Amino acid sequence: MNRSSAPAGFKERVASVWLPVKSFLERYRRQSFAYPYVLWMALFVVIPIILIGVYAFTSAEGGFTLENFSGITNYIPVFGRSLWLALVATAICFIIGYPVALAISRMDAKAQRIMLMLIMLPMWINFLLRTYAWMSLLENTGLINRMLAAIGVFDWINAMHSGNPNYTPITHFQLINTNGAVVLGMVYNYLPFMILPIQSVIVKIDPFVIEAAQDLGASSRTVFRKVIFPLSLSGVISGITMVFVPSVSTFVISRLLGGSTNMLLGDLIEMQFMGAAYNPHLGSAISLIMMAIVVICMSVMNKFGEGEEQAVVM
Amino acid sequence: MTKKNTAGNIFTALTYIFLYAPIVVLIVFSFNSTKSRTVWSGFTLNWYKELFSDSLIMSSLQTTLMVSVLASLIAAVIGTFAAIGFYSMKKQWRAPFLTVNNIPVINADIITGVSLSLLFVSAGLFMGFELGFGTLLIAHISFDIPYVILSVMPKLYQLDRNLFEAAQDLGCTWFQTIYKVVIPEIMPGIINGLLIAFTMSVDDFVISYFTAGSSVETLSMAIYAMTRRRISPKINAISTLLFAVVLILLIIVNVREARQQKANIKKQKMLKGSN
Repeated sequence: MNRSSAPAGFKERVASVWLPVKSFLERYRRQSFAYPYVLWMALFVVIPIILIGVYAFTSAEGGFTLENFSGITNYIPVFGRSLWLALVATAICFIIGYPVALAISRMDAKAQRIMLMLIMLPMWINFLLRTYAWMSLLENTGLINRMLAAIGVFDWINAMHSGNPNYTPITHFQLINTNGAVVLGMVYNYLPFMILPIQSVIVKIDPFVIEAAQDLGASSRTVFRKVIFPLSLSGVISGITMVFVPSVSTFVISRLLGGSTNMLLGDLIEMQFMGAAYNPHLGSAISLIMMAIVVICMSVMNKFGEGEEQAVVM
Repeated sequence: MTKKNTAGNIFTALTYIFLYAPIVVLIVFSFNSTKSRTVWSGFTLNWYKELFSDSLIMSSLQTTLMVSVLASLIAAVIGTFAAIGFYSMKKQWRAPFLTVNNIPVINADIITGVSLSLLFVSAGLFMGFELGFGTLLIAHISFDIPYVILSVMPKLYQLDRNLFEAAQDLGCTWFQTIYKVVIPEIMPGIINGLLIAFTMSVDDFVISYFTAGSSVETLSMAIYAMTRRRISPKINAISTLLFAVVLILLIIVNVREARQQKANIKKQKMLKGSN
């Protein structure tokens, strides 16, 4: 007995020292799996953003300057317009998206799956083409104006003004190349980004919580106001960010649906890097300010969500 | 409650009509016999025939598929390993890395694109390369990896904390632990991340536009160049085809999943019955 227990005791003692060391080493080895990506992030995420900062504060000759930022004052109207249109589009997306997300999350599991699939399906049609399709709908000789003409809307409007000598008869509504068209394009393209995160949060709300509220005498309205909506706030916040950020920075939608006169921030940046007005230093300064705006907006938003997990992506 | 639901359902239906109206227009006019995109003048399949002989569209489609497949696969590998690495780190290390990981997701595409183009252009001046397929691929991998990590991390958190040690106690080497135990468990997350990454790559225009240079062109870039003149109905035809392919794939996947679920339920019932 003594003979067999002595080596076992020895083994145990070795194990008691070696096993924690081993599991520490294993853990360390597993951590190292992330190192290639950490290097990747440093090279292709962090350094490029630092470069934007460097370009924003230097001139083409290479010296430090603040000129790029003082040059921006000319573009304040563009900033204002971009922010305003993006805010309007985000608000509309929320007003449309929340009820839809709520309605979907009340369906049975099979219907929910089909509805979600149908929301994601249009994303598979190229985003430029979807926007381009709106051009054929909104043009002066586009499908909507043709349809209105066919049912006699313009004849009717013109007949109403027939007594007025200064009146020039209209043949179409100006739909394209307006701010409205730009907002429409934003809402159309980014609405799924509002619906999906909100829906994914509402579905996860424990039905017993709602039942408990009802048992305690809350009307369906109170249940929504005091239970469902507060619990869905994290989804709302990520939805708002996911709509606002691409809206405020787009240059494709404004170029296709807004015409050449209605410039947005995205157009301004694009012009500095790819256009005739090549000036990456000014472009970087504008990008930097846009990033700052986004960060400020998001930290304000996150205050509302107070500590909720925020990474709801699809 | 039911009354409210019908109102909600009608509203939802209207929203879906809004989402699909332009797509229907796009598909219908891919069969139009003239180049007009507003006047219907008869049915034809000519655009579909011409599509396959259009070298510009075909080569840009090839570029798009190649960059998307390569980028999403590479991102899935790097991302999965990185997720396992982050998962094994202490929180004080993991948190800042995950924050940096989120930057490309949250940042506006145009800023990601512009910042990468600044890097590529200045590095290119030093090392003597030009923007092209390589820089395009690196850019796509960069914005694909975060989506892989975001869908793999939750799966890792669902694992039992002791799974790694259990596997090793039972004699697995570290490689076997990862390959035979952990990867199969988090596979749904990896596949999901891969699919999201692929979708993002196929649909991307802005980042490609700033990082591809003038020698390569993705389908999105070709379409953007065309919108300045006039889009040929051939483009409508190719997007109709892509749409049909995705629709069929989604239907197959869904039908299979539904069948599997049914089979599982049956199995469970049978097991209960036998008990």
